[in-house]
Formats: sequence, structure tokens, C-alpha cells
Amino acid sequence: MSDANMVIYLKVWRQANGAAEGKFVDYKVDTVSPDMSFLEMFDVLNNELVKKGEDPIAFDHDCREGICGMCSMMINGKAHGGQLNTTTCQLHMRKFKSGDSIVVEPWRSRAFPLVKDLAVDRSAFDKIIQAGGYVSASTGNAPDANANLIPKTIADIAMDAAACIGCGACVASCPNGSAMLFMGAKISQLAVLPQGEPESAKRTLNMVKTHDELLFGNCTNHAECVATCPKGISMEHIARMNREYTKATFSYFEPKNAGGAG
Amino acid sequence: MSSSNKLDPKIPDGPLAQKWDKHRFDSKLVNPANKRKYSVIVVGTGLAGASAAATLAELGYNVSSFCIQDSSRRAHSIAAQGGINAAKNYQNDGDSIQRLFYDTVKGGDYRAREANVYRLAQVSNNIIDQMVAQGVPFAREYGGYLDNRSFGGAQVSRTFYARGQTGQQLLLGAYSGMMKMVAKGKIKEYNRREMLDLVVVNGQARGIITRNLVNGELERHVADAVLLCTGGYGNVFFLSTNAMASNVTAAWRAHKRGAYMANPCFTQIHPTCIPVHGDYQSKLTLMSESLRNDGRVWVPKKKDETRKPNDIPEEDRDYYLERVYPSFGNLAPRDVSSRQAKYRTDEGLGVGPTKLAVYLDFRDAIKRDGLSTIAGKYGNLFEMYERIVGEDPYKTPMMIYPAVHYTMGGLWVDYNLQSTIPGLHVLGEANFSDHGANRLGASALMQGLADGYFVIPYTLGHYFASNKIEKVSTDHEAFAEAETKVKQQSDKLLSLKGSRTVDEFHRDLGHIMWEEVGMARSEQGLKKAISDIRKLKDQFWKDVNVPGNSGNYNFELHKAQRVADFLELGELMALDALERNESCGGHFRTEYQSQDGEAVRDDEKFCHVAAWEWTGEGKSPIRHVEELKYENVKLATRSYK
Repeated sequence: MSDANMVIYLKVWRQANGAAEGKFVDYKVDTVSPDMSFLEMFDVLNNELVKKGEDPIAFDHDCREGICGMCSMMINGKAHGGQLNTTTCQLHMRKFKSGDSIVVEPWRSRAFPLVKDLAVDRSAFDKIIQAGGYVSASTGNAPDANANLIPKTIADIAMDAAACIGCGACVASCPNGSAMLFMGAKISQLAVLPQGEPESAKRTLNMVKTHDELLFGNCTNHAECVATCPKGISMEHIARMNREYTKATFSYFEPKNAGGAG
Repeated sequence: MSSSNKLDPKIPDGPLAQKWDKHRFDSKLVNPANKRKYSVIVVGTGLAGASAAATLAELGYNVSSFCIQDSSRRAHSIAAQGGINAAKNYQNDGDSIQRLFYDTVKGGDYRAREANVYRLAQVSNNIIDQMVAQGVPFAREYGGYLDNRSFGGAQVSRTFYARGQTGQQLLLGAYSGMMKMVAKGKIKEYNRREMLDLVVVNGQARGIITRNLVNGELERHVADAVLLCTGGYGNVFFLSTNAMASNVTAAWRAHKRGAYMANPCFTQIHPTCIPVHGDYQSKLTLMSESLRNDGRVWVPKKKDETRKPNDIPEEDRDYYLERVYPSFGNLAPRDVSSRQAKYRTDEGLGVGPTKLAVYLDFRDAIKRDGLSTIAGKYGNLFEMYERIVGEDPYKTPMMIYPAVHYTMGGLWVDYNLQSTIPGLHVLGEANFSDHGANRLGASALMQGLADGYFVIPYTLGHYFASNKIEKVSTDHEAFAEAETKVKQQSDKLLSLKGSRTVDEFHRDLGHIMWEEVGMARSEQGLKKAISDIRKLKDQFWKDVNVPGNSGNYNFELHKAQRVADFLELGELMALDALERNESCGGHFRTEYQSQDGEAVRDDEKFCHVAAWEWTGEGKSPIRHVEELKYENVKLATRSYK
């Protein structure tokens, strides 16, 4: 730990709301400690702005321990700042040097309309989940928890996928603005588990359709999402989603073809 | 002190093990066609709120769900690490519903209601079944069976877990159930909303006033019942392991409308958190209790020790938990371990730049088991520590210190989870009911889901079926009155344009709370706290600086409204602690301790719940009492020596 003060020059995107015009504004923060998190530097700056009677910078954050998925800053062009497996709230100023200039922008995607400054509306993610990202097990239906055996290897794959925090870094990083890593993780988690398997075809088709309607782009294997995902979600889940989608396309047409095929 | 018939806990008759079954049978039902005619407001989307919203919607009720974050998936239940308890006895190690019940009552230092705790233990098993059915990827053994681990305060392995992210996986399970019902049109979601008042019509909770946090507008919502699932109030201490937006406002404003606040002084301070390192700090991060299985806690024997920890030889180290509690050692319970850390730093033996930390050392464990074994057990926690502190815990001891983590106190509820306001039900951490004066690890997730999935669906139906609920619209004068009150408060806050920021006031409040209403409390200190909080509150209402106006996304205003409530709650917590002349669980009064510094309860005078009634601004609240009757567990002194 060190008490040394760092000076940081920030270039922050300011925009009053989705309809207003936005621009970069320069700020100098000269009381930065290397032990501060990136968001605590913004707290300090905001306190200074309030004291000067200026409008503080809006940014999303909540748990500040890397699990709620609310924080979302594009830092020097990298979602969450580019430190491996790290959310913005867990990024610390010792990763920067005194005198550094840092550009901070919101997630930019058609599907994530801007709320204010660095905060965006990610409700499109909820809509993707509503399209099928669940197992239809109403309360009270469940058999004993050990009634279905699930090999550890399968449970581990499901857990790897389920670790997604829904922050949207994948979308913000993708040149196509695709949410396929987010969606693939959920489809993959439920497809490998016996509980989720019965609904997999319908789930996959509905979720992909909804994803496209919400104006997310397609995946063209840039893998920029994987590079910036703070939870290390793997491309294999996009691959599994594609497989489920192909399977679903066939199984979806099966009943129709049954009558007509000669 | 007075007894009140409002505090009838409505515990069903009969033997403990049959109370819940009997009560379910005795409860009235609402037939499926009529359920469609009822509407329910659910505030909060953590484990309690999400499970309640999903289940009530499945039953056919029309649910409106409110959350403060941008998505209901982000409620703070998501941050729970360790696990969730259930009495499955899959390990064949002697667990049972009776044992989970007993451990929870004892862990709570005999200040919880027996009947509620027994029901919690009963439904714990259904929770695991339900969550597995929803696709929660709990840890498994190679044969495919569910794995368990042990946690503090229990001698059996009953904790189910999903890596170090159990809360996240359970919450996403409950959230997915909610999303299913949103898609079916049975739940209407209101995100980025904050509840700012409860609307009571003819003595019944009938609606809420919310602020749309994005555009600042105040909104009126009406329903046939209101469920508060808004979590705990640990952020009254400014620094805690709670999320930034966690607050008491919804519960506090319900309190001011007539809901009694029970045992507000019961706060859990968790021993292993990353210490405070600067004034700018915004929150504290928990390091899982499991680390104490292998880490040894110590401080230097000498004050003003200047050597680096690894250069301090064995004879100059005090492994104080092992010294004071030879049989439990480093695994002494949370409240006890926290207090001992405080004793050491009070003696001037703390370490690190602030001297408010102790070492948690893995040197001996690494020597014994090898680096890869320790990395296998705790790798992700060590990584998180290094990210935050910038030091490698494999090479140099971790520095840890206690931090506020959970609040056992909350709004008073009866066996049906109904508050003293008919129609207002309170679930999860927001109520006071199940954990007494100290919560055991892995029991918070259990309680949130028990309340939401398996209790409220029955008790709410009974409320609807046995009460007449008039038709009311948001034009009713009670809505106008409540909205005006909220508006007047925000106008006042915005008009002050004083010299100090909201955070500065909040930090000052946190400092008073931590010093006087924290790990050790005394009559003198609590009286000082009350007077200091009153002064701070006066300054706040004269000198706070809330920039801007209410017509947009003004988070300084949102924070100011929360801090206004924290200032009032803080005073009540100090008063509650002052009136409880005993030490129990997380409530430690320095006057009531044994010669060796352990808590001394007074079961004669204080085996009860203190439930506080709001009587108006500037007026003294009234302390009501619900006597706790122990018919199945014998009151005994906890000892860990």
C-alpha cells in the first residue's frame, strides 16, 4: 500500500440523456491513491464537482465486488479497462501511472440506449432471458434434489456458463454489437443440464429470434467479447448455442415434415 | 416498556413439528379464478422478492415488481459467497430438521422465535429441490450427487454451494423464474425505481409512492397488498459489505406509517474483511469465512512493531484466537472473533498503515499442505485479495479486519410475515424474525427463499381470503398526501445548497455508529452517539449540498433521501442498544461481560423482542415487547473455550 498521490487526467463522456448531444469533458484528479478502485476515483471527482456546484457524473455501480454486473465503463477503448477477468469496480489505480490520460465512455450499442453520461439501459438483456432463459419449474413441482444425477464434469460446464454477470461488456466490445456470448452462456448452461434439456429447442429458437429483434448483431468470431469478459466466459458456449440452434431448426420442422414427406 | 396486542405473533397451537402443517390447513384459500382479481406489490428483487414475485404470479396473482437497479438480476443477494443450509442429511452425518432448528436458535443466542425457526428448517429441503429444478449448478461429486461443505456454528455438513458464487446462482435461478412470469404478463417490472413511501388506506397497506430514478418523476402504485423485500440496513455504518444502493428507506418509511421496527441494534460484524485503507473508500469486501479453516490469525506482541510480518519470529507473535479459545481456535464464531480483533487493535497491536488490521497467515498451511493445495481451495479469494490490496497472500500474510455485514433486526412480523400494518408483509433480511441476535453462515439465503417460495404464498392467500379489501384508486387522498410529503422532502433537500456533500454526512454518521454502536457498546458511548447523531442530523438539514433538481437522473438527491433516513434509524439503533441491558450475539455491552470478556445474557429481563413504534418527528418512540417462549430448546450459555 502506498500513500503517494497520483495525478490522473480524465476525458469523460457527458450526455444529459439519450436525446441530448454528448461530448467529452476533461477533468484533472490530483488526489488519486494507487489503492483506490477506478470507481472510487469517480467518487472523489464527483464530490469535488458537487462542491463546485456542478453536475456529478452518472455511472452505474452497486456491489463493487465484481458480481452484480452493474458497473460498465469503456476505459481507453477497452470494456472494464482490459485487466484480465476484472470488472471496472475491481480495477485499481495502481494499474495506472501518475500523469496518465484516461478516456472513459459508456457502453455503445444500438440495443443499449444511453440513460445519462456513462449509464446505459441494458433491459434488452432481461428481454432475452424472458424469451426462454429459464426452466419452467413452477414452485412446488420439484422432485428430490438428488433424483437426477448430474456428473461433476457437466455441472462444472454449466457453472462456467452460469458465471456470467450480465454486464454487457461482450456487446460493447463486439464490432457487430452482438450479445451472443451472453445469450450463448445461458443457452449452454441450460442445454447441458438434464433439467433444461426438454425445453432447449424452443428456448434456443426464441432467444435467438428475440436477440435479433432487439438489434443485436450477429457473431462473426472476432472473440473480442471473450477477451474482455470479466468472468472469462468461453467461446465454446457460442459454439454450443449454434449447435443447439441447428438441432432446434431440424426438430422444429420435424412435426410438419412428418405428414408431408414421402 | 409496554405490551401491545398488536404484537400477537399468531403462533399456531400444537406441537412444534406440526405447527406449520396445521397452520397451512387452517389457512383460508383463494380459488384460482379469484386469484386473478388480486394484485400484489413486491418491492425488491433479491432472493425473497424474486422468489415471492415468481411464485405469486404462478399462482395467478397480478404482481408489480420494483427494483432500484437497472435489472432485477442485480439485487445484492447476488454477492453472497459461501452457501445455503438445508437439513437434507445427504451426508448421513446426523443432520435433521430438529438439528438445523436447534443450531439456528443457539447460534442466534436465544433471541429468535422458535416456531419461525422450526418452519425455516422444515422448508429448507424444498428450497434445494426447487433451485436444482431451475437449473442452479450446485457443486457435485463425481458420482453426480450434490456436494456439501461445513460452515461455522454447525457440526454437520449441510451447506450446498456453487463455487464461491452461491448467492449469484440462487438469485439468477429465482430471477429466471420471475422472467418467465414477466413474459407471461403476470409480473409487471418497474426497474430503476425507489420506494419513498407506503400508502395506508383504512388501516391497510394499499400502495407505494416511488421515484423513477431516471426522470425523477414520482409515481403512485396501488395494490391489494404490499410485500417489502428490501434487505438490510448495514449501510447506516457507511462502510459495510453491502452494495452501494442498499438502504433502509423503504422499511423506514413503512415504520413511520405504523410498522414496528424490531431489535434494530442486532447487527452482524463479520471478522474477515479487507481493512479500510483510506478516506475515499466506498465499501468493504468480505473474505469468506472458510479461510479461517487454514489461516492463522495473529498480531505482533510488541506495540509499534516495525518489522515486516515474515521477519517477525514465532516468539514475537500472538496467535490470540488460539490462545484465548484453545478448543475452537481460529474457527471461533463470527461475533467472538470480531470482538477479539477489536481488543487487539484497541491495545495498539494492530498492523498495516492504519493500525486497524490483524494478520491472517497461510504460511504454516502452505508449508504443511503445499502451495497447490491451498491454491486449489482458496485461489479465487487470494486473487481477489491481490487485486484489491496489491499484495500476494501466498507470500505475505493477508491483513483483515471486521466489517458490518448483515442486520438481524428489521421490521417486526408475525408468523404470517405480516407487519403491524395489515396487508404489509416483510420478507428476507428486511424482517427480524429468524436469526435472533446473531445469524449463522449460509442461513441468509435459506431464509430469503423460504419466505418467498414457501411461506408467503400461503399466508398472503389467507390474508386476502379473510379480510375485506375495498376498491381503491391512486386518486385516493392517501396517495396524494404521501406523494406531497415525498415531494416536500426532496424540495427541501434541493433548496439547502449547503457546504457539505451527502457522502460527507454519511461518512460522519458511519463513524459515530462504528465507534459507539459497533462491536462494543456502553451506556456512556450510546448516550454520546444519540446526542452526536442528533447534532449531525440538525447540520444535515441545514448544510447538505444536493445539486441540480428533481426532474432528472439526480443520484445525489437519491442518496440524500436515504441518508436522511439512516440518520433517524441510527438514533433508534443506539436507543435500542441502550435499553437492552445485556450482551447477546452481535449486541455486546461492555457492562455485561464475564471476567474474560465474554457476553453475558440476561434471560430474566431480556428474553424478548423489542419492537419500536414511531410516534412522530422529534417524539420519543415507544418500546413494545414480544416475550419469547422457549418450549423446545433449553436456554444455555454459549462457550467456545
